[in-house]
Amino acid sequence: MKFSEQWLREWVNPNLNTQALMDQITMAGLEVDGFEPVAGQFQGVVVGEVVGVEPHPDADKLRVCQVSNGTDTVQVVCGAPNVRSGLKVPFAEVGATLPGDFRIKKAKLRGQPSEGMLCSAAELQLSEDHEGLMELPADAPVGKSLSEYLKLDDVTIDVDLTPNRADCLSIRGIAREVGVLNSLVVDMPEIAPVEAVHSEVPNISVKAPAGCPRYLGRVLRNVNLEAESPLWMQEKLRRSGIRSIDAAVDVTNYVMLELGQPMHAFDRDRISGGIVVRMAEQGEKLVLLDGQEVALTADTLVIADHEKPVAIAGVMGGENSGVNAGTRDLVLESAYFDPITLAGKARHYGLHTDASHRFERGVDYQLARDAMERCTSLLISIVGGEPGDVVEVISDTHLPDARVIDLREGRLADVLGLAIDRTTVEEILTRLGLHIDKLLKDGWRVSVPSFRPDLSIEEDLIEEVGRIFGYNNLPVTEPVGALGLRVQEEAVRPVSAIQNYFVACGYQEAITYSFVDPRVQQLIDPDREGIALANPISSDLSVMRTSLWSGLLKTVSHNQNRQQPRIRLFETGLRFVKNGAGIDQQPMLAGVVVGGQLPENWANGRRNADFFDVKGELESLFRLLGIQVECSASQHPALHPGQTAELVRDGERVGWFGTLHPQVQKNLELNGTILMFELFLESIVSGYVPNFKEISKFPEVRRDLAIIIGSDVAFADVERVAKQHAGERLTALRAFDVYEGESLGEGNRSLALSLFWQHPERTLNEEEVHSLFNGVIDALKAELGATLRS
Amino acid sequence: MENLEQLVQDGLAAVEGADSLQALDHIRVEYLGKKGVITQQAKTLGKLSAEERPAAGQKINEAKGQVEQAINARRSDLERVAIEQKLAGESIDVTLPGRGQDLGGLHPVTRTLQRIEQFFARAGYTVEQGPEIEDDYHNFEALNIPGHHPARAMHDTFYFNPGTLLRTHTSPVQIRTMEAGKPPFRMICPGRVYRCDSDMTHTPMFHQVEGLLVERDVSFADLKSTVEEFLRVFFERDLKVRFRPSYFPFTEPSAEVDIEWGREADGSIKWLEVMGCGMVHPKVFEHCGIDAEEYRGFAFGLGVERLAMLRYGVNDLRMFFENDLRFLRQFR
Repeated sequence: MKFSEQWLREWVNPNLNTQALMDQITMAGLEVDGFEPVAGQFQGVVVGEVVGVEPHPDADKLRVCQVSNGTDTVQVVCGAPNVRSGLKVPFAEVGATLPGDFRIKKAKLRGQPSEGMLCSAAELQLSEDHEGLMELPADAPVGKSLSEYLKLDDVTIDVDLTPNRADCLSIRGIAREVGVLNSLVVDMPEIAPVEAVHSEVPNISVKAPAGCPRYLGRVLRNVNLEAESPLWMQEKLRRSGIRSIDAAVDVTNYVMLELGQPMHAFDRDRISGGIVVRMAEQGEKLVLLDGQEVALTADTLVIADHEKPVAIAGVMGGENSGVNAGTRDLVLESAYFDPITLAGKARHYGLHTDASHRFERGVDYQLARDAMERCTSLLISIVGGEPGDVVEVISDTHLPDARVIDLREGRLADVLGLAIDRTTVEEILTRLGLHIDKLLKDGWRVSVPSFRPDLSIEEDLIEEVGRIFGYNNLPVTEPVGALGLRVQEEAVRPVSAIQNYFVACGYQEAITYSFVDPRVQQLIDPDREGIALANPISSDLSVMRTSLWSGLLKTVSHNQNRQQPRIRLFETGLRFVKNGAGIDQQPMLAGVVVGGQLPENWANGRRNADFFDVKGELESLFRLLGIQVECSASQHPALHPGQTAELVRDGERVGWFGTLHPQVQKNLELNGTILMFELFLESIVSGYVPNFKEISKFPEVRRDLAIIIGSDVAFADVERVAKQHAGERLTALRAFDVYEGESLGEGNRSLALSLFWQHPERTLNEEEVHSLFNGVIDALKAELGATLRS
Repeated sequence: MENLEQLVQDGLAAVEGADSLQALDHIRVEYLGKKGVITQQAKTLGKLSAEERPAAGQKINEAKGQVEQAINARRSDLERVAIEQKLAGESIDVTLPGRGQDLGGLHPVTRTLQRIEQFFARAGYTVEQGPEIEDDYHNFEALNIPGHHPARAMHDTFYFNPGTLLRTHTSPVQIRTMEAGKPPFRMICPGRVYRCDSDMTHTPMFHQVEGLLVERDVSFADLKSTVEEFLRVFFERDLKVRFRPSYFPFTEPSAEVDIEWGREADGSIKWLEVMGCGMVHPKVFEHCGIDAEEYRGFAFGLGVERLAMLRYGVNDLRMFFENDLRFLRQFR
């Protein structure tokens, strides 16, 4: 809501400068978003009168004018098409300064001396209008400073109103607030009924009383719409952000800004039969005043005549019934439309109008008649005309009920944390326009005025009292409550522990969008259909991620394109997958690694990270979390078929890990060997609580062996078989060398293992160790086809 | 015995001249060994009278001691030199960088979230999580934002279908937590939220932390202290905080919170909006089955990126989601 400060001060004029006034209303909850002067910076501009115009002897488009400033007459050369004798215009005399620090000096234009400049409104930054000189009223006092004459010492204040404060969408409403805050009486303009001079009344029928509980109409005959609205009105509108159109539109806009009641004027001759307020018929067409043709939906409230819709109620009028310069008779509309009926309708038609903005938030339901009278008398003063009687159609059952709220003194004190004395509370309520009907034993019974549709429960009143009293005048106290201790499971590690682990491993945490490019997702997770947004911000952010890899790979690309060869990233967050009719939203942990395993450095070598680097990091993570996770060869569409592992804990898959599939990598235009992992967070965060075991005092025995075995036999199988036959005293088994080479023959590799035994209560003797060791060798031979390497 | 004097002088000179531990050992054998020239002097004692013998014996012992002491001193010197030589050969350039893994870093949003969570955890708040794909009821209806409410326009919502959406704030987590439990509550809900808006100052995804405290006896004054203390702890400064009346459908009274952030050109305080807060609206309690006459509550919400930008001086919101390593590495 934009408004002119001066206009507000005509209603209520507190002893505050502009900044203090803006601060005050901001702190009352009407947040001032900004302000700007209503004109550019200029001086030396007066009301001038053109007293003579001659053609320029050497230029077709220039005229040589004689201009009076009231005392002297000087010659001014002017190129404006509308310059004419008798015109009163802003006159920048020699020595004046115009906006942009432009100084007016004596000059010659095509040989003719010119002492000063006649100005357009744009040149004074009074409007965007460039067409010719600004024409001042005939009664403008010649020689008077233009700033004084137009009262340009004014600013446009823009308040960003919250949706509950519909009452402040008018000068009346803001003045009321300022009055409350400063304990000042607000000067309302006198509004008196305008007497009818003829008996013609509009024929009004309201067929949708729920949407339109009140409709007022009046015929105004024989108006002269060629008459322009007065400069003071145009200026007030302009300073409140509304362009002047013609007298009929200007006056209805003026009343809307002043009182808060949106109004409309129809051309009576274009209304066939009478006015009908009804719901639209599905598909009915209407060309609006902005030229747009809309097909109406049946839930739209319209104003119609006996043949056709003529307006979308409370939103915009139709072209077929609009007024123009030739209109002689008007039908004026002032109505109360139900906010819920109108909610979202303007938006549905791609519109947002000053009227719809107000009706959706709630207009004062008792205001329509005052507004009608105000509008009529203003119109008559400008365009003349003969008023008829006002016809009012009301459905009392559909009008909002007059609200009565009980406010308890104790509740007020409990919520605000302060017992405000009764007199202060009563004063605040009364100044806000609320009526104290009755003093209750523990509070007040209050009636809410029709202009405050936002007040309906006790909390609303508590807020009003707190707001006017000042939140910053309320005390500051510490909350008191039972502070019970909470269960914190030792075995469950916080996600922050995982995040900190990866940071220590050299990973940078990334946070990528939860919606991704469906083309990238298709490459990574081709078998799953992502959940698509109905209204994405762009096509590359249009489907919910089914894997954190999409975002991470995009991040790899971003960084590789910026000379970052070594990238280690991890992310935690939800993935979104369809599950029947439902959606699983699963917390994931994912990472990508590409480039040197260690940062490039004289001592670190230049080896790129490989599968087993990342596997080692994951194994350490599992130890940190206290969980046992097995790794087995698997397949994943995003991963290299020979370098993919499935991570399994207690028979449940907890994630995948491997090298990005070279084809996917090529399609995504990424460089280097890219290792990736993704784990279900909830499956890994819960581990075990340590349980102490006695440390053996007896020596540990180690035996090494080297076997040649088929390359297709997994180490995990070797380990399993060896453990089965190594007896219960085996404490560890390690692979200390893996070798493949021609000397072993095609399809073979050599594995070197060490086995460790220890007994908790005695020294193991040579024979039993020997026997267990041989048992392991025999089993590896028999079950896996291993041979002992000599 | 004059000879003894000379032998000691010779011995001391030889020790002085020894340039290795090996040479020194030879000298020790030569003078002090079983057959050493000074040891051999003992044989002369037999020729002396019983009266002269003890004094002469003592002289021989003193001579031996003198030479032995010199040998020991020289040995220490030679050993020290040998160690110094060895160490000199082992010196390294200690200014070369160390070997091994570089440190990564947390995303600045996570870093900020962890600080916020720690503050509230110390004050007894739990950290609650909830779904990001939400239903209309929990995101709007239960928070007193019915379908026709103009406040819906304040939330540019991403939809999947008319009833399913991406949460526009983390407030639905409060609803879910209250539905599932019994008061009192002290919780914060940190997480991702989504608005269909993207320009210089908006990203379609960002993070919020919402807090809720429900007790039998809690007031706006308690809310003020919680918010003020939090902001002072977060910025580690005794900054000025003000509460400006505002409107949220789910709280009443509602306030925006401004902090002092420098000065305007005219010297007045420059205020910056950082949070929203208020007392829980009775309708919200009603939707969660909590008796608003028995319990009261306050709630607050803040934008994590906004606080991180202020804290770390980041000037472009969009950088948080580009994940440029040159940006991320500044926060480790």
